[in-house]
Order: sequence, then C-alpha cells, then structure tokens
Amino acid sequence: MNKIIKDGELVTPEYEIFESGEAKGSIVPLETFLALTDKSNTGVWIDAHEEVETIAAFVQDIPVVALNFPVFADGRAYSSANILRRVCGYTGEIRAMGDVRIDQLEQMSRCGFNAYALAHGQDAEKAMGVLIQGFSYSYQATVSQPALFALRA
Amino acid sequence: MYVYDEYDQKMVDERVAQYRDQTNRYLSGELPADEFLHLRLRNGLYIQRLAPMLRIAVPYGMLSSRQLRKIAHITRQYDRGFCHFTTRQNIQLNWPVLEQVPDILEELASVQMHTIQTSGNCIRNTTSDQFAAVAPDEIEDPRPWAELIRQWSTFHPEFNWLPRKFKIAVTGARRDRAAIQVHDIGIRLFEKSGQTRFEILAGGGLGRTPVIGTVIREELEPHHLLTYLEAILRVYNRYGRRDNKYKARIKILVRAMTPEVFAEKVEAEWQTLKDGSGMLSEVEIDRVKKHFTEPDYEHLDDHVPEVDDLISDSSGFGAWVKQNVKPHKKPGYCIVTLALKNTAVAPGDVTDEQLEIIADLADKYSFGEVRVTHEQNVTLADVPKKALHDLWSELATASLASPNLGLLTDIICCPGGDYCSLANAKSIPVAEAIQRQFDDLGYLHDLGEMDVNISGCMNACGHHHVGNIGILGVDKKGSEFYQVSIGGSGYEDAALAKILGPSFAQDDVPTVIQTLIDVYLNNRQEDEKFIDTYRRIGIDPYKQAVYANE
Repeated sequence: MNKIIKDGELVTPEYEIFESGEAKGSIVPLETFLALTDKSNTGVWIDAHEEVETIAAFVQDIPVVALNFPVFADGRAYSSANILRRVCGYTGEIRAMGDVRIDQLEQMSRCGFNAYALAHGQDAEKAMGVLIQGFSYSYQATVSQPALFALRA
Repeated sequence: MYVYDEYDQKMVDERVAQYRDQTNRYLSGELPADEFLHLRLRNGLYIQRLAPMLRIAVPYGMLSSRQLRKIAHITRQYDRGFCHFTTRQNIQLNWPVLEQVPDILEELASVQMHTIQTSGNCIRNTTSDQFAAVAPDEIEDPRPWAELIRQWSTFHPEFNWLPRKFKIAVTGARRDRAAIQVHDIGIRLFEKSGQTRFEILAGGGLGRTPVIGTVIREELEPHHLLTYLEAILRVYNRYGRRDNKYKARIKILVRAMTPEVFAEKVEAEWQTLKDGSGMLSEVEIDRVKKHFTEPDYEHLDDHVPEVDDLISDSSGFGAWVKQNVKPHKKPGYCIVTLALKNTAVAPGDVTDEQLEIIADLADKYSFGEVRVTHEQNVTLADVPKKALHDLWSELATASLASPNLGLLTDIICCPGGDYCSLANAKSIPVAEAIQRQFDDLGYLHDLGEMDVNISGCMNACGHHHVGNIGILGVDKKGSEFYQVSIGGSGYEDAALAKILGPSFAQDDVPTVIQTLIDVYLNNRQEDEKFIDTYRRIGIDPYKQAVYANE
C-alpha cells in the first residue's frame, strides 16, 4: 500500500482510490459519487476539468476530496482547492493525486491541500522537507495565510 | 523607486536558495529534464540556439544606477560584456552558463533584483509607462499600483501553472505608452471626483492571434484591485484552453465566451472574495506610494538662453534635442531618452561600459534612476534643461546620443534567429539593412515619427502587429522570408496592422519599406504622420505600389 503525506507526516491512507468492490470506504470518481444515494463514509476524486462546486452541498460529510493533476503543469486543481476551502467551506482532507511532484507541494499547500499522494519516483523524505522549509512569507492572501501587507501593517 | 524591506529581501534570497537546490538536483540527475525545464523557465532561464538565455525582471522598467552597475558587472563576469533591453522592459543575458545561474541570482539579489517569473506559464513582469510621474499628460503615477501587482503576482501559489503566459500593463496617462490594449490585462488609471479609479481591459494580446483587449470593468475602486485581478486569473486558470498552446492565452477564452459572459463570470467569482483578506488596506497603499514620492526638484526656469541658443542651431545637439528630449511636468526639467538604435548594433543592446556610463550619467543628471522603455531604449526622466548640452556631449562620446528616437530607424526588434530557438527568421540583420537604407537624418526627421517593428516569428516579441510598419519573419520552404504589414498602433488608438500581401526575400525588405515611404510622401497632407495618411487613404495605394511589378 502506497503511503501518502498528510498533515506533514508519512501515513498509510485511510481511504484509497476506488478500483473495484465496495465504494464505501474508498475514493470514487465524481460521476459515481454524485449518483450514490448513500454518500456516507465515501471520498470523491475530481479531475482537473471537473467543477468542485458540484459537491458543495455535500462537503460537510465527505471525509476526503482528491484533486487530480493529469500532468504536473496543469494548474487547474490549485483553483479547485481554493474554491473548496474558501467558497464551499470544506474542512476535511484535500489530497493531491496524479502527477504530484515535490517542487510544487508548497504551492499546493498554500492553496488548501493538506495531503499528497506523490507521483511515482518522487522522494517522500525530500517532499516533507520542501513542505517544512517553503517561503517565510506570502505576498498574497491565501486560504492558509494572510497577505504580507497585513503583517507589515 | 521601490526599495525592498526585510520581507521582500528574504523572499528573493529564499528563491535563490531554492533555485540553487533545483539546479544542483538537475545536474546530479535527481531532477528529470522535463520537470527542471518548467522550473528553470519560471526563473527566466531558456535554452536558446547557442546558449542559455537569462531574462532579468525590471519591474515596470525602473532601475537604479547601483543596479545598472551590477548588471554591467554580471555581463562582464558571467557573460560576454553586453546585454539586451527587451520589449517588456526587461534585460536579457545571451550567454550565461547554466551552472553559474544561481551565482548570478545571488548577485542580482544583492541589489534587489531577480529573474522570478520572467518566463513560463505564469504572471510575468508588470509593465508601465516609462514616463511615469514626469509626463505632463499624466493623471496619476501608475508605479505604486504596478508595484502592488508585482508583489501580489510574485510566487502566487495558484497562478504559477496557468494555461499560458500572462502579462499585465498599467498606464496613468492620456497617451498610452504602456500598450495596455494588447496585454492579457490592461489597467488604465483615471480620476473621478478626485478619487483614483481603474478601467480594466482583458483579452488583448499579440502573438499568433492578435487581439485588441476589451473593457470588462469600466470602474474599479483602488482597494479592490488585487481581488479583482484574482477573480480574472481564477476564471482564466479554470477555463482557459490547455489542449492547444496556440489557443491557450486569455484572449481566446474571452473571445470564445464573449467579453460580456467573461465579465459576468469574473464578477460572480469576485463577489465571493472582494471583501476578504485580499482587499488592499489604505495603510498598504500609502506604504507603497511613499516609495514613489517626488525627487528633490530645484526651482528652475524653463527658459535657459544658453541652451536654447544651442538647440536652435541645427547641429547634432539641436537634432538630438528635437527628437530625444520630451517636455517634463516640472519647469526647467526634461525627459531624455537614449535611443539604443545605432546602425550595426542589435536594437536594445548595450555594452558593460555603456551601462556604467548610463549609471554615472543618471547619478550626475537624473537622481540616480533610469527607466527601460518597451521600445528598447533607456530614459533619464529628470534632467535639468540647463544640463542638456553637457549630458549630450557625454552621451555622444559613448555612442549613446543617437538622435532617432521615434523615427523610422528607432526599430523595435526581437533577438530573432541569431539567438532565439523559437525564431523562423533573423530579425537583427533586417533592422540593420533598413537603418542603412535610411541613413539620412534630415530625411528621417522629415518623415517624422513612425514605428517599425520586427519579429522573427509568430510569437511577436517585436510587437510587429502594432507597428506602423510591421515585419514578420516566416519560414517558406526552409528559407527566411518576411511578411510586411501596415497601419498598426500600440497607443491609445490601438490598431492591428494589416498584411500587405505575399512575403519578401530579406534583401528586398529595405526597398519595400522605401516604396511604402514613397507612397506616404506622395500622399501626405501638411504635417500628417505616416499612420494618419494610412488611415486616410487605406491600404490599397501601398499594395499597388509594392506589388506593381507582379
């Protein structure tokens, strides 16, 4: 079982991407998720072209939302994470999945991700270092930090 | 100009360390080439035809003499003793060594400079009016706003992997010297009942599909500037095309959605964040504005008899003043622009020694600051009129007194096929051939102001779409040909140039330009400019003359 980084620690994920068998207790594709009558104890993964607003009504009960990076240079999931946290008020796990590379983890974290299923071949130890180091300040107001100008005032 | 505080400095220092680590991991084989490519691009490092190219950010074109001297040092120490001023007010080094780039960045950081986001699909350097705060036609200094945008866009975690590159320009004057209508976002400052307001345009751009931007918000209050930009960027990041890089700029999205629908989308997004923590505070606006206060101007007289006498003389000095010196808002001061367009020197190129001379002259005559212009020239913004002749003499000694600012030979030109791996054709030799064809200064002055812009490929770094005459290098069955267009403008009367017809061989380009000029001269009424004659008579007379023998 592949470990993920969650809240700064390397852990065995409680929920995994659905492949076969029981949907409950795993992370299912958006279309499947929306069709479920009983959504309890079920995670959802959302691809880069899909709109996170479609799960807005259910976010209180979703244990994990995984946002897919089809390729690392596709930046749509950053905005999806921002909207999930800021507009939908989602407080559970947001996991980066797909082509997740360590040099981008800090940006993901500042957009609201708190869990990372790294792409094959990425160094998890190094990844945790990247997350801890990061930049000392943020010029922008993000979901995790106030803008630097608030600090300067 | 803006001076870093401890926070700004720390961010830039941390970026140098981060990039050094990325470079080391790449060199050791730990970081794959495809991933390092994107990381180095976000740090301004391209791999070009002959060597890497490093693009250094010059925020809205402002440079101090100290920074100029550091650039001179870098070109000597790490490059071949010259650099290039770009059409986006930046500086490029043509021959750096990949392994030494982290050291160059450290040198730059020591004078509050960097290469952050000067390439890659992210928000690029914010550009503005090179005559900011000194032009008589200015409504408000755009630079504090450009600086606020610079900070907001720097390391923006959400907008570092956009569908395509993203360029923002700001103007605060009646004359649009920042070409805001051909930027992804254009911002025009205006005043309403004594208050600052912004007009926001989106979806302009050059490149493969040139488009004039559309106003998507007629009036925005200052404290909402950054949240509104955030809303635009979020809509673009989510919905801009990623399947085809030639259709990935925001202009394609705005056009596909229609500007009205795009504006509605932005408005809806903005409503969710406008009053949140990204809203600018008065304290922050004031803090940044304090960096752009007036220098210690003396009380001077506009009337300086000894200089006026020399100007009236049609000597080299008089010709230079007529063309390169513009009125200043303060009595007794002038705006001086050094045209970096000497024949046989690539447009926008300067040597290390010239950089140091410019730095010395800035200290001596212009409060130690210069501005890079998008026409690839350098402006000394605050020169006392009484010092004009002394300045000119010193400039002339350094080959920096070319009296052709704004004239036909003040050609805007990308590095082209001599350097750039994207180019289809060379551009520098074409510029030189035109400069050689038109080497009579009296004739050039008689022709008056006109913009000739040359790009070596469709990416349009030479902004050929907005040249009064635009020249585009094209590949035709493996040979370099040049498509000529006419009638473009990048100012407040922005217009896209129209293609004359089939392209020409390189050797024929000067003759074609001469033919276009002849049509102008034959049709000119009184002191009509080239562009005005074109607008009056249309493209047909030019076409007929150019293709008369076919």
